[in-house]
Amino acid sequence: MQNNNKDHATLATAFNADEPRVDWHDETLWFVRQKRDKAVNVLPEWEALRETASQIKNNVLSNLNAYLLEFEKNAQQNGITVHWAADDKEHNQIVHSILQKNEVTRIVKSKSMLTEECHLNDYLKQVGVDVVDTDLGERIVQLANEAPSHIVLPCIHWKKEEIGELFHQYLGTPKGNADPQFLTAAAREHLREKFLTRRAAVTGVNFAIAETGEFVVCTNEGNADMGAHLADVHIACMGIEKIIPLQKHLGVFLRILTRSATGQPITTYSSHFKQPRKGQQLHLVIVDNGRSRQLGRADFRNSLKCIRCAACFNTCPVYRRSGGHSYHTAIAGPIGSILAPNLDMKQYADLPFASTLCGSCTNVCPVKIDIHQQLYKWRQVLVKDGHAPTAKIIAMKGMAATLSSPGVYRLAGKMGRWVVKHLSFVVNNKLNPWYKQRDLPASPDQSFGEWYKKNRKNPK
Amino acid sequence: MSSRERILTAVKNNQPSFTQLPVVENYVQPFTDVVEKYKIVLQSIGGTVHEVKNVDAIIEILKVQFKDVQRILSVMDAFSDYAEMYTKNDDPHKLDNVDVAIIKAHFGVAENGSVWVTDDVLHERVLPFICQHLVAVIDKTTIVATMQDAYDKIAGAQYGFGTFIAGPSKTADIEQSLVLGAHGPKTMTVFILHHQS
Repeated sequence: MQNNNKDHATLATAFNADEPRVDWHDETLWFVRQKRDKAVNVLPEWEALRETASQIKNNVLSNLNAYLLEFEKNAQQNGITVHWAADDKEHNQIVHSILQKNEVTRIVKSKSMLTEECHLNDYLKQVGVDVVDTDLGERIVQLANEAPSHIVLPCIHWKKEEIGELFHQYLGTPKGNADPQFLTAAAREHLREKFLTRRAAVTGVNFAIAETGEFVVCTNEGNADMGAHLADVHIACMGIEKIIPLQKHLGVFLRILTRSATGQPITTYSSHFKQPRKGQQLHLVIVDNGRSRQLGRADFRNSLKCIRCAACFNTCPVYRRSGGHSYHTAIAGPIGSILAPNLDMKQYADLPFASTLCGSCTNVCPVKIDIHQQLYKWRQVLVKDGHAPTAKIIAMKGMAATLSSPGVYRLAGKMGRWVVKHLSFVVNNKLNPWYKQRDLPASPDQSFGEWYKKNRKNPK
Repeated sequence: MSSRERILTAVKNNQPSFTQLPVVENYVQPFTDVVEKYKIVLQSIGGTVHEVKNVDAIIEILKVQFKDVQRILSVMDAFSDYAEMYTKNDDPHKLDNVDVAIIKAHFGVAENGSVWVTDDVLHERVLPFICQHLVAVIDKTTIVATMQDAYDKIAGAQYGFGTFIAGPSKTADIEQSLVLGAHGPKTMTVFILHHQS
């Protein structure tokens, strides 16, 4: 991604430069969170559904090897060609080789966060394959040469006037027209031509059912279906954790997924792909890319229960005010901050710290992932393994030395109070990040310890 | 070792100790009239719904609703006097100019306004996606309360492709403004038949 060398705090600071825009971003996402609340509060069994979904996913993780084998066998019997990719590179090569075999150089793709994680678009571009993202939000960020900033709402950071300008430039819409209805109609026309002319379609997978060997793809726009049903070759890409054991479990997951994501009772389309269309090839690429490693981390394996609803994004006070791109990884937000350090501890060491640990993410998670607790645990692992920033390490060491010696502690307190009182510019300056959004309180004359000593000696 | 074996071995070595699957319950819903609930929910997600006695009543309504369209396609024999019959798989791209597609759905789901359709009744999978307007017909007695009840019904069914369709194709990707008609149908009309046609 373009933000490789900057950490969350730096990128968030840049995002925060435009305060009205941050407020707008914050309020838009909170609106989605409120829609979620309305949708779940009318279901008396909501908590029971969460618990059931969580237990199903626990079972999946505990028996994943057997489920993968069962799924593969049934999918193959259904006529689906199953491929296995150990990492992002192999995933991209497999997709490319299928396209090469079919002499396809132009494809349509519907939303798949896995292909974002694997940087499939960049790879295919380099080998001369033209990819058109067909989800409206994804098409917008693709035209702007950006990555999605949210896994469900890819262009939530874009204003309609900016989209109008982008469409004017790339789709030839009239300058100054920023009406969502009009712009969507323009994109519909632009993308329908792609659906009708491209011979291969890549889609993601929401759920893969071991029992039946089918997989389910959910969209509101119908873009996954338009692509897949018109193409000669359909390539679906899934992480190993997308498996669920039984078809009837879909009854649980489809009840919670969209209510958690956007507050709708269900997506417009929940499509079950079991067999290829007559004369069509149906390929499925099953990808590990670090997931089996995460499965072995007892403290973090629960992150693999995620169904990608993004409820934790929408509720997160840090995400809403820092924007998805500040996370510099394909899956942003609280859940992404648990997944990313597994992929690269050094590169993503900042992300578990991009949280207030308020726990709101854990409260809304439909599969009961203990998100904020895992963020807290990652911090400990990262510091222990030496991935904390140097300034933080020095500060923590100084703090540990101070707190472990009563004499030093008392002296430091005295010095601190004196400095704040008489030389406040030493701390009230731009070099102190704490001071950026805060004012220092007035410094008391004495510490509580000193006050207590004095008052105890002179009882009334 | 192939990637397949490497992945499966790593998963086997790293997966936690076995935990049982939970018993999946079907929950009693706060509503009792599934037809009424279905109608309310479908309308709330941008669909149109009519309760009718027979196919003639449907055609009367369609004649008014779609009086200026060119190509109306039906997969249901009962509409042969009104619409072009569609019975065979052929090049799905030729369906691009379909204005209205009339399909038979297996059943409806009250809690989310969806209908369940499979490729054996669609003949061509892309049909309910590529048309400008979608018309689905369901029998009143088939409406179930929840998705959990829906999968009890689907259990054991044979299909190559099946989908739940809940209302017209939609997007809110531009500033969360809801727009109907993203890539698929701009409208969806469901007719609830009181008697088997």
